[in-house]
Amino acid sequence: MTVADVRLPGTLTPLFPGLPRRVEVEAGTVLAAIDSLEAQWPGLRDRLVAEGPSLRSHIHAYVDGERAGLDTPVAERSRLDVIAAISGG
Amino acid sequence: MPKTMLTVATRKGTFVLESDDRRDWKLRGPYCEGWPCYHAIYDPTTGEIYAAAASEWHGTTVWRSADLGETWEMSSEGLTYGDGDGRKVSKASTLARAGDRLLVGVEAPGIFESRDNGRTWSLLSTLSGQHGSEEWDDPANQPPGHLGISGFVTNPADADRFFAIVQGIGAFETEDGGSSWTPRNQGLRRDWPADYEDVGFCVHKLVRSADPQRMYQQNHVGMHRSDDAGQSWNEITEGLPGDFGFAAAAHPHDAESFYVIPVDGGHGRTMHDGKAAVWRTRDGGSSWQDLRKGLPQGNAHLGVLRQAMAMDSHDTPGVYFGTSTGQVFASPDEGETWSEIASYLPSISSVDVAILD
Repeated sequence: MTVADVRLPGTLTPLFPGLPRRVEVEAGTVLAAIDSLEAQWPGLRDRLVAEGPSLRSHIHAYVDGERAGLDTPVAERSRLDVIAAISGG
Repeated sequence: MPKTMLTVATRKGTFVLESDDRRDWKLRGPYCEGWPCYHAIYDPTTGEIYAAAASEWHGTTVWRSADLGETWEMSSEGLTYGDGDGRKVSKASTLARAGDRLLVGVEAPGIFESRDNGRTWSLLSTLSGQHGSEEWDDPANQPPGHLGISGFVTNPADADRFFAIVQGIGAFETEDGGSSWTPRNQGLRRDWPADYEDVGFCVHKLVRSADPQRMYQQNHVGMHRSDDAGQSWNEITEGLPGDFGFAAAAHPHDAESFYVIPVDGGHGRTMHDGKAAVWRTRDGGSSWQDLRKGLPQGNAHLGVLRQAMAMDSHDTPGVYFGTSTGQVFASPDEGETWSEIASYLPSISSVDVAILD
């Protein structure tokens, strides 16, 4: 299993005690990385993933700088940025 | 006098206002991490505050606080139609306590219940099979401001019997805890063509009075009254400055007394002539009196949403409303005199009041 370097939005961390902005997880895809975080911080998946499953409308993911979906592969030492998109005021 | 507490849901979190005398108020908040909150209630059954919320980024949830707002937790576990359904839960709009269940109404229109006080949720009903349900399930009929299930009215004498409002469709009542539903829109006015006799009504606010048989509602077109617990309705608009409004509240001790806030029915949806007023009937809607003392009477273009007015249950009840521009106004004397008890809040979605012993 590969280890991904995950960067999370600042809107997420206040919701889950102990959740850091940057965390390493073992995962082969974006969804697997989110599910790995869900195992440690129950409820986190629902904050990023909508029914479908699909990323929530204003949540964007990038793997090594490229726009990604839930099924995008994550390579060893990949950087996974999860972004709360600019929307609203 | 015991403490009076308001829970105020806003576009940027939930706030709490407290007073020992209903004249001096202390404001706390914002809570819920500044999430857009659509309805916040104090639940005397558990002593907890619940707030229905939906973040543009992080989805729908129900926040809860067991210590009157000092600390909060959230859960959306089970608050979903599932991956294969096609419908999405985009917003939690309204909350109610019905016996041992906490209810939350959502968009796309549906009702979820929690039997562990907001820790986990399960789908209770989408009112499927009712006339119009296929249309209201269509995402094209769910614009951003749409609430889906926009309100509940529970029955203190029977937890399995309650009303739910489907926004733009009408009111429905269940007598079996949510398994089956009956439209309760007979006699309502509508000024538009409709495909069905029993639905297609725009019920903004439904309230129960001190008399179990007497109910009131503010409709998109007119104030209405029911003397048979919602089975049928008669219009009581005459005497009001217009037929449109959202907020309404019933007197806790006098079934003939009822309060509304008429607003312009066009795009503005603010109080008439830029002058703030609450209107009251003391004779079941035969006549109306405007209550203005202490409310701004010039350039006051205030809007009040459907869940943003409440009355407490003191012997001389207080009346409260919150505006879309972030003011909270309070009257400790049944609407005779008013004062602004909070200013500069975010846009207010709901005001709920409780008396804490």
